[in-house]
Amino acid sequence: MKRENRQQADAVGRIVDSYDCQESNLIAILQDVQNEFKYLSEEALTVIAEKLGVSTAKVYSVATFYENFSLEAKGKHIIRICTGTACHVRKSQPIYDTIREYLALKGKRKTSSDGMFTLETVACLGACGLAPVMTIDGEVHAKMTPESAVALMEQIRQKEDAAV
Amino acid sequence: MIRRNKLTRDTFHVFQANAKNALRQSEQVTSVLICAGTGCIAGGALKIYDNIKAECEKRGLTVYVGLKHDSDEEKSLHVKMSGCHGFCEMGPLVHIEPMGVMYIHVKPEDCHEIIEKTVLGGEIIDRLVYKLDGVAYPRQEDIPFYKKQHRVVLENCGRSDAEDIEEYVAKGGYAAFEKALFEMTDEEICRAITDSGLRGRGGGGFPAGRKWDGARRQKADVKYIVCNGDEGDPGAFMDRSVMEGNPHSVLEGMMIAGRAVGSHEGYIYVRAEYPLAVSRLKAAIALAEEYGLLGEHIMGSDFSFRIHVNRGAGAFVCGEGSALTASIEGKRGMPRVKPPRTIEQGLWAKPTVLNNVETFANVPLIIRNGVDWYRSIGTKTSPGTKAFALTGNVVNTGLIEVPMGTTVREVIFDIGGGIRKGKAFKAVQIGGPSGGCCCASDEHLNLPLDFDSLKSIGAMIGSGGLVVMDEDTCMVETARFFMEFTQKESCGKCVPCREGTKRMLEILNRIVANKGTLEDLDLLEELADTITNTALCGLGQSACKPVQSTLKYFRDEYLRHVVDHHCPICNREKPHPVIDAEKCKGCGKCRKNCPMEAISGTVKQPHSIDPAKCVNCGACVSNCPFGAITAAKEG
Repeated sequence: MKRENRQQADAVGRIVDSYDCQESNLIAILQDVQNEFKYLSEEALTVIAEKLGVSTAKVYSVATFYENFSLEAKGKHIIRICTGTACHVRKSQPIYDTIREYLALKGKRKTSSDGMFTLETVACLGACGLAPVMTIDGEVHAKMTPESAVALMEQIRQKEDAAV
Repeated sequence: MIRRNKLTRDTFHVFQANAKNALRQSEQVTSVLICAGTGCIAGGALKIYDNIKAECEKRGLTVYVGLKHDSDEEKSLHVKMSGCHGFCEMGPLVHIEPMGVMYIHVKPEDCHEIIEKTVLGGEIIDRLVYKLDGVAYPRQEDIPFYKKQHRVVLENCGRSDAEDIEEYVAKGGYAAFEKALFEMTDEEICRAITDSGLRGRGGGGFPAGRKWDGARRQKADVKYIVCNGDEGDPGAFMDRSVMEGNPHSVLEGMMIAGRAVGSHEGYIYVRAEYPLAVSRLKAAIALAEEYGLLGEHIMGSDFSFRIHVNRGAGAFVCGEGSALTASIEGKRGMPRVKPPRTIEQGLWAKPTVLNNVETFANVPLIIRNGVDWYRSIGTKTSPGTKAFALTGNVVNTGLIEVPMGTTVREVIFDIGGGIRKGKAFKAVQIGGPSGGCCCASDEHLNLPLDFDSLKSIGAMIGSGGLVVMDEDTCMVETARFFMEFTQKESCGKCVPCREGTKRMLEILNRIVANKGTLEDLDLLEELADTITNTALCGLGQSACKPVQSTLKYFRDEYLRHVVDHHCPICNREKPHPVIDAEKCKGCGKCRKNCPMEAISGTVKQPHSIDPAKCVNCGACVSNCPFGAITAAKEG
């Protein structure tokens, strides 16, 4: 096993231990692991299954049931467009379409080819009073338009470029 | 953390008296309350909080964060982060007590002026005051949005520091629990809840007292109290605001339920999308444990109770009771066949009381103020108030609380301020993807919002989302939107929901694209009937409500899609056919065949199409013998 893989496995193991290896805490464990590594790798799922003493299939079945879990690596910045009813009637779809175009995402791709952004939708952020809403890395941005959304992403791009 | 002595009943009374005293004193000095709900935080409320504090320090004003206050100090004030004030559209909101002033759309750079003019000078800053039709409303209670409301459950949300247990106790908190613990038997608590007529605020409206009493009668060593905070309805955020703004009221309601049914453990299941609610609840639980209001031998009695917080992971179906308990157990959140009911076999197959956040938040109020008080609000069959999230194309979006039985018209036009940009009202979707819509008829607008009246028109209160739609919203597209949501969220366990919603979505997609037929409408109705009658859980059984109610009240919009093949709303931006003047021989065939009489011209002269009348039916294109008319491009 590669060194970084071993490190990841150890870190996952520690998370499982912190929940006393209890099977009922599976969802919380998956959430913590995803928080740490941004996604759930095959190795991580295997480690969790072994530590909990359940089949990998069982862990996989739970991980794939819930919308929040991702089995693929994500981009550095995660953009979520709210497509809840309130945002929908205040036109959130054009914002989503514009960003997809901006990131040149085709088909089922959600992450830009430079690995910088991942675009997702969320059913409702509960910030309906501010519709349409989007979040960038968990921070809520209110009353968006396609233009202001792209402007925000440009800002991030510039910051990232400046950092390089 | 300071280790405190756990409160006994006597020391609780002392604590309560001290807290009330501190509250009275703190009310003498100015308090600046900054709304720290999710909406206002997104608008920059945290920066405003920091700036206000910095401005005070610059002027040598002592800032108190909790209730504690040294009355000798001359120049001092309280700065608090409160729960959601409800008027999210106008956020970030800053409230100044005891003047009762509310400022809207506050920016971090306004803080200097707020401290200088209003706090120190007692002067009102006109620019930050809410105005409507030329009238300024500096005081919160005068604003029409608030005036028609009756805030009971949400009352403390915008007025208290959510994380301050002392303030909660000072305002009467935990007194109901104390009463339930020492002065009432389990049977008496259940009877009080039954007599109050409290009905579950999560959607179905099942009498809470009957549920509790059912669980109380179960003979089992272990029972559970579960609070459903998986507010998945898109367009609803009442429960979020209660959990964020008044977390102790939820805990207290659960503790009273625990005492009533003989349970010692409670779980709160919160959506993953509500991180602030999770952290506020956890902080509240830690504080309650520190004071000995949660834990072993509460207030020196033999009653023990613990509460855990579980975070959801993004599955709408987990709002359904049996799916929610499966998710707490760490499994896929899939519903199961009932019976056995949750009160017999719920969490870990033990008797379980499952209510939603708002229901639990009502409980302490009922125990504290009495059954008669509660029944004096609302209607006979639906007593009390209901919180609604008012969103969509309405002027005043936000969180409101009104007595049950308030009419749709009062909510949308008096509180909501009517439709944005002066457009016409078309419909309001009540209860999200599991609910139906009300149209603009007088019968619907005068409909009282309560459990039974809404059922009569095929809608339901659901968890309380009210999404207002204006004339620019196509109801067929809206129905399609909801079906897409439910289809995506279907857990796949039962065939009617898994396959049925998929086929319905296909049909709706076809109709929206103007490729549907009249037969499709019959097929939709038939499928909707079948799914409603055969699906396993509430999600499937109510999945077709938006389609059924739009078919009933907005059938003409479906007809525009399937008969005219043109919807004036969806296809508005679609270019109309154009007549090429060079190719046109002026035969007049297009003019004669145009059903809308949109084409004009004299014989042997090039004709033209009036875009205002044209509905893009394509009749002219197919009837032109010279190929002079180019069809509109597919939008």
